[in-house]
Amino acid sequence: MPINNYIFLGIILFCIGVTGVLTRRNAIIIFMCIELMLNAVNLLLVAFSKMHHQVAALHQGAASTVGTEGQIFVFFIMVVAAAEVSVGLAIIVMMYRNTHSVDVNFLNRLKH
Amino acid sequence: MSITQILFWFLSILTVFGALMVITRKNPVYSVLWLIITFMAISGHYILLNAQFLAIVNVIVYAGAIMVLFLFVIMLMNLDADAEPQKNKWLQLAGVVAGGCLLLILVASLKDAETKSKMAELGTGSIGLIQNLGQALFKTYVLPFEVSSVLFLSAMVGAVVIGKKN
Repeated sequence: MPINNYIFLGIILFCIGVTGVLTRRNAIIIFMCIELMLNAVNLLLVAFSKMHHQVAALHQGAASTVGTEGQIFVFFIMVVAAAEVSVGLAIIVMMYRNTHSVDVNFLNRLKH
Repeated sequence: MSITQILFWFLSILTVFGALMVITRKNPVYSVLWLIITFMAISGHYILLNAQFLAIVNVIVYAGAIMVLFLFVIMLMNLDADAEPQKNKWLQLAGVVAGGCLLLILVASLKDAETKSKMAELGTGSIGLIQNLGQALFKTYVLPFEVSSVLFLSAMVGAVVIGKKN
């Protein structure tokens, strides 16, 4: 499969995530759109590491370990995303407890 | 068209359709369910790219744990379709136009990139098996692995402190 197909798939997913963040006001859905963007980038990282693994296998033989780095990187992105979600959902729950809404427009009081 | 190509296009359409449904559904519960389908399709992509370990981790961590957490929070708050306030239609339109412009610019700039002839061969190789990744993780990347465990611990403590009634 040409790598361009994966690039365009990643771009489309990322732009859908950006559009969701810009159009929705529900804090939880904005959070889910951020997850969508993270996953678009993860998919691209895996596709690129696969492409480089093949290029390296041509030069160094089949025992090449090029390509693990991208997947390890994706693994760490997932770790950080999980930590982010736990803290972020705690913040949203606290916000709901104080304002009885998850509308992000309520957060404009942060500027005072 | 070979079977891997058919699988690639099927999974791509499923991913994009699921993502579109996530941002268009009014009810947040349906958004979460569509996001689970999107993550499952992305896991299918990982399997096609021979990243089997990442596919399993994606299903367990994202589609399992994180989405259950989202669903739990939504049901805890008793949100439904009319919980989202009426919003300005023009702002919404501006958001869609801005996202479309970003898509247009990214596609236009990467259309003629020099990666055009490079291929990501599907269904070959074993680099994504847990044996290879575990070797790399516990030899080269053992320090980031330990640091990430500290990060998890601090995130857990932070979530408890934030969620505690004051």
